[in-house]
Amino acid sequence: MKFTKEHEWVKDQGDGTAFVGITAYAADALGDVVFVEVPEAGKTLTKGDAFAVVESVKAASDVYAPVDGEVIEGNGELGNAPETVNAVPEAGGWFAKIKLTNPSQLDALMDREAYEAYLATL
Amino acid sequence: MTDVALKSTPLEDRHVALGARMVPFAGYNMPVQYEGVMAEHKWTRAEAGLFDVSHMGQARLTGADAVRTLEALTPTDFAALKPGKQKYSLLLNEAGGILDDWMVSRPEEEGFFLVVNAACKDQDFAIIAASLKGDSTFDILADRALLALQGPRAREVIAQVCPAACEMYFMDCGTFEILGETAFVSRSGYTGEDGFEISFPAARAAELWDLLLTFPQVKPIGLGARDSLRLEAGMPLYGHEMDETYGVVESGLSFGMSKSRLERGDIRGIDRIRAERENPQRTRVALRVLEGPPARDGAKILNEAGEAIGIVTSGVPSPTLGYSIAMGYVPATQSAPGTQLKLEVRGKPYACEVVTIPFVPNSYHRRPQAAKR
Repeated sequence: MKFTKEHEWVKDQGDGTAFVGITAYAADALGDVVFVEVPEAGKTLTKGDAFAVVESVKAASDVYAPVDGEVIEGNGELGNAPETVNAVPEAGGWFAKIKLTNPSQLDALMDREAYEAYLATL
Repeated sequence: MTDVALKSTPLEDRHVALGARMVPFAGYNMPVQYEGVMAEHKWTRAEAGLFDVSHMGQARLTGADAVRTLEALTPTDFAALKPGKQKYSLLLNEAGGILDDWMVSRPEEEGFFLVVNAACKDQDFAIIAASLKGDSTFDILADRALLALQGPRAREVIAQVCPAACEMYFMDCGTFEILGETAFVSRSGYTGEDGFEISFPAARAAELWDLLLTFPQVKPIGLGARDSLRLEAGMPLYGHEMDETYGVVESGLSFGMSKSRLERGDIRGIDRIRAERENPQRTRVALRVLEGPPARDGAKILNEAGEAIGIVTSGVPSPTLGYSIAMGYVPATQSAPGTQLKLEVRGKPYACEVVTIPFVPNSYHRRPQAAKR
């Protein structure tokens, strides 16, 4: 699993696809998630651009694409159970399954150890 | 990020020690949440929530002509406000636009106590100071904190801290002694719940805060839940539901205007008030979101044909109701409860419906058989 400074994660499945979501740190900072808007299949993701929205009582927050890709599937479960993002942000609370269109971008992201070191600086 | 130094309330270190997330609000470093907006909101509806609202402006206006001073600036009949009572009022500009909304208490015959919005207080106090009539004395109470204790169990806590204050009913006020200090207390608040607001010397505010938090019914509540609670109660927030571009009637705040003043016609902007009454254009409505995401401040309100007809001024996923609610402005012709409208969020329309205010019924401790205006 790789991480961004904007608190998104990417899990490379090794077959050219990956899951993307937000980290436990981000989910905790947002508080209770009450609505998630995930992208539809076919949407093109561009690294750094907003591709999903997560809403808490307080505010709507954009979720940025950690890498380039094309959406294979948005996590429709989050429509009925947005609280999954708080419960298991780095597993069942994934936002989208994507086809990696620029896999070398993964190399520039942080691994778990580097991300945790980064969190310690915040 | 801002380079302007934030001001502190007397309780800032308490918030930090409690692990609050602090944010800039109206120039103050304020707690937006402690354990989480949802939990704090639900706690306040079920138990008692303690709010630090010391950022708000507090002032005293005294003297035989204090009524005249207040009436020149507001649409409210303050001569009719009995000692021991509190009234919601509005600071108007010459044209009848809303400069701020106030809670005005009359703890004694010749003394008024004002609570005004933090973001407006410098403006408000300058206007009052420049508008004093005859025998009126104006004092800004910069050395007082303001604490609000709100919720169905607030009364049982106050019963142990200031028993005499529990004899008050909703919108009553009085001067009491707490911890040996003089406290201005009102039975009111900004949540729709029974509750108390306590003006207390800043120097000893932390002691009162700590004392209230010793009660198991009490938890600290941040500005996040304060906003969601007031929205469920259908209460307006200055800068959202009203500002100088809105008038008294269209913003649904005629309860801050007295019938006697309207009949006398001696209100700033009376022409606008009459025009809004006789020929209403836009009006504030409550909206229940029927599908999709929450609609927040600035979202467009559309008619069923998809044409933009209004704007959302506040919106939140309601923790109590489990669906999203909003307030906003629409043409008066489309403001009847039951009217089906749409809300545009991120470019897509979602169904909503006009409903009655409040969204969540209030549970004030009203005086039995109170005479209705």
